[in-house]
Amino acid sequence: MTHPPSAAIVGVGSTEFSKASGRSELRLALEACTLALADAGLDPSDVDGLVTMTMDDNDEPAVAHYLGLDALTFFARTAGGGGGGPGTLALASMAIATGRARTVICYRAMNERSQGRFGQPSRYAGDRAATAAAVTMSWAAPFGMVTPAAFFAPSFRRYMHEYGATSEDFGRQAVVQRAYANKNPQAFFHDRPLTLDDHQSSRMIADPLRLFDCCQESDGGVALVLTAPDHAKDLRQPPVAVLGAAMGVGPRQYGVAPLYRDDLAVAAETRVMGDQLWAQSGLGPGDMDLAILYDHFSPAVLMQLEALGFCGLGEAPGLVRDGGTEIDGVIPTNTNGGQLSEGYIHGFNGLAEAVRQLRGTAVNQVTGAAHAVVTGGSHAPTSGVVLGRTA
Amino acid sequence: MTKAPTAGRPRPAANPDTRFFWDAAFERRLAVQRCSACRALRHPPGPACPECHSLDWEVSDVSGRGTLYSYTVLHHPPAPGFDGPAVIAVVDLEEGVRMVSNVVGADPATLTIGEALEVCFEEYVGWTVPQFRRPAAREAVR
Repeated sequence: MTHPPSAAIVGVGSTEFSKASGRSELRLALEACTLALADAGLDPSDVDGLVTMTMDDNDEPAVAHYLGLDALTFFARTAGGGGGGPGTLALASMAIATGRARTVICYRAMNERSQGRFGQPSRYAGDRAATAAAVTMSWAAPFGMVTPAAFFAPSFRRYMHEYGATSEDFGRQAVVQRAYANKNPQAFFHDRPLTLDDHQSSRMIADPLRLFDCCQESDGGVALVLTAPDHAKDLRQPPVAVLGAAMGVGPRQYGVAPLYRDDLAVAAETRVMGDQLWAQSGLGPGDMDLAILYDHFSPAVLMQLEALGFCGLGEAPGLVRDGGTEIDGVIPTNTNGGQLSEGYIHGFNGLAEAVRQLRGTAVNQVTGAAHAVVTGGSHAPTSGVVLGRTA
Repeated sequence: MTKAPTAGRPRPAANPDTRFFWDAAFERRLAVQRCSACRALRHPPGPACPECHSLDWEVSDVSGRGTLYSYTVLHHPPAPGFDGPAVIAVVDLEEGVRMVSNVVGADPATLTIGEALEVCFEEYVGWTVPQFRRPAAREAVR
């Protein structure tokens, strides 16, 4: 059943993306929230809700305190690591639609390169207390499975086995995204082109993942302001409607990665989530003008194109080879350069890019963009949104 | 051969749902849970049967024979406690359960999805970890 838009995005704020911000994570969060409110033309006193991801280090009360909010009526977090980014918009939309809050800021800020690096082995020691998390990691860490690349690589290897995809197929999407980044002054890799040969000669990280298949480790913060559609239309920016907002876990998810399900060659959690997005919005893949697909690793982009129905299983390598994810392709994908080449703010920089596209202000603007789909990390508990231009 | 604990090969944490696995490995047995109600095998171990929801379970030794469902070789950053790149395997056991482990003694460049593997054990002081290797020659001929 199609739901009416429950909320709209009315403000976006972002810090720069860097390898060493030189500032506290809480400051990055406050900078992003303040910029987002200014973009919306709203005051902190208008805000009564805050939502972030479970891995964010900035407590909602701390953000509220330094924003100078009088009170919070709604605060919550989304699970699933990088899968949870768009899910923050799902929670905010539900809070707004049900009257729990009127205006909500979703934020994510981190010093993920200069402080807690996700790409380094998980801090884990089995001789500490047998917490549920430690027991879960005991089926991975003793075997060397200690980084996100190691957790997800067996799924990508199986995908290659099932459908004949190659490392070059993964590299082609990385090259497409780098070309977008080369036109994006905010991107890390703004001035560094990437060729397929560069990709193929980059060092192996976790076979089959090469260096240029992997997202950046980044410092930065991004925030989005959401409010009710009737309030949104009176504000400074053209509102971007949340037409669908969903979460998804597939069968036999255990721990970080779904290694125990029958078929690892399909992004099942993305399919569970995407089916809801299409049902809620009354739209389908053919209605999307662009896609922001979570690119912790380049093969995940291909597998999400398939799970969302942009092509059939095993067909994404051909779609990318034919230029389908480029600016004039059937589904321009990760037009900011993505997390491979713009920066990695746990998916939040992709949400900001979707808003820019639907306002018509992106650096790699898709002509007439009216609808966009944005996903959280695949191969983990995930989430996604369908966003729409309203003017 | 018993190795001293390496500089950082992570030791498993165990709780009442999972301790049997590591106890069995210490005795060089590979064991999984079997639901006492519907007899389904399961891994990783947990408190309940996903098939029938029973909380009752018992320990079932398995053959240790399986096939390589998928794998990765972790080059960078190095896995703590491994001398070189960790060859991490997703193994389908012939009894129908899946297990994450390592393949040892094989050139990772020659690994083939679907190839036969058998369990072996790496012993450390106080704990033992199940690993997989290509079957011994006599097994391959059989």
